[in-house]
Amino acid sequence: MSFSELYDLLLSRFGPDVIGQAHTQNPQPFLVVATEHITSVCEFLHDDDRLFFDLLACMTGIDNGPQAATMEVVYHLTSIPYEHNLVLKVIVPRNTDEQPLPAVPTVSSVWRTADWHEREIYDLVGIRFDNHPDLRRILLPADWVGHPLRKDYQDLDTYHGIKVK
Amino acid sequence: MSGLLDQKFKSGEGGVLLTTAEDLLNWARLSSLWPMGFGIACCAIEMMQTFASGYDLERFGIFPRPSPRQSDVMIVSGTVTFKMADRIRRLYEQMPEPRYVISMGSCSNCGGPYWQHGYHVVKGVDRIIPVDVYVPGCPPRPETLIGGFLKLQEKIRNTRLTEDPAPTALLEMEAENASARDQKPAFAEHFGEEPQKVTGTEEPFQPIA
Repeated sequence: MSFSELYDLLLSRFGPDVIGQAHTQNPQPFLVVATEHITSVCEFLHDDDRLFFDLLACMTGIDNGPQAATMEVVYHLTSIPYEHNLVLKVIVPRNTDEQPLPAVPTVSSVWRTADWHEREIYDLVGIRFDNHPDLRRILLPADWVGHPLRKDYQDLDTYHGIKVK
Repeated sequence: MSGLLDQKFKSGEGGVLLTTAEDLLNWARLSSLWPMGFGIACCAIEMMQTFASGYDLERFGIFPRPSPRQSDVMIVSGTVTFKMADRIRRLYEQMPEPRYVISMGSCSNCGGPYWQHGYHVVKGVDRIIPVDVYVPGCPPRPETLIGGFLKLQEKIRNTRLTEDPAPTALLEMEAENASARDQKPAFAEHFGEEPQKVTGTEEPFQPIA
């Protein structure tokens, strides 16, 4: 199934409030999905017999910096039997220091592999995933402060008495 | 490489050997350096190659041990992350004296390619434990690691028994770090105190008749 066919199918199923703009100028076209509906859209993509997206190939967290004040989560889906692909994107407002971390619903109930991907995004970029079964840091030590792949991340002075710089 | 003792033993000459206790001790130590069997990153691949038959570190009496309690030397072979730093320090503290550290490769020497943007990398393992020999390279070839061991043997050969005992290096370093963060290192807290006697109320041990 081509990208436009997938787009039309999703649009007729969920409507324009859920399925946002389709960006087709890029080498990999993508759809912007409303944040709170990402889990139900992913469930449909996974379960529907015409689509059967059985593989979450990659999941990416992006910080666009304090200027743009947005953060993104990108989902790369593949259907192994149908050999078609789809890229979804969720855009959330970026938090300032006082605000809580931005939150996106988890898709780990749809694809088990999302569990660790979401933990990694939480660890390094600082996006929370609602209803995640076990949202802990995965790479950095549990007592680390901050999310190092954020654009405005400042190195710590010391960690456990060891100079960082 | 071969000192007086090696020559005499290997040639089979000389029924009587005259030496000093110091030389004998040093010779014994440098002839069976047992490294701790652990590797951290890609340098460990080169280290394993050095242990294997191609380069055969065992001809120097160097053979990896599976426990820090049995080890004389720690080869820090790779990138030391902050997460690993606590573990490395603990392993070093578990090694019996005299203990030596070989820092293998750029990461362990100074942070290597992570020097500028590595938020997670300790910029040199010498920030957490005292290092005896630095082996340069990224990663160093097996010959370079063997060179590091020869350098360490040289260092041990010139050790004087009257010198400060080895733990001073770590204790000084810990004290320096502690004054920097204005607190005592955890393991030095009870250093020098009398061991506390456990006064239990439990019944005395009764052997089974």
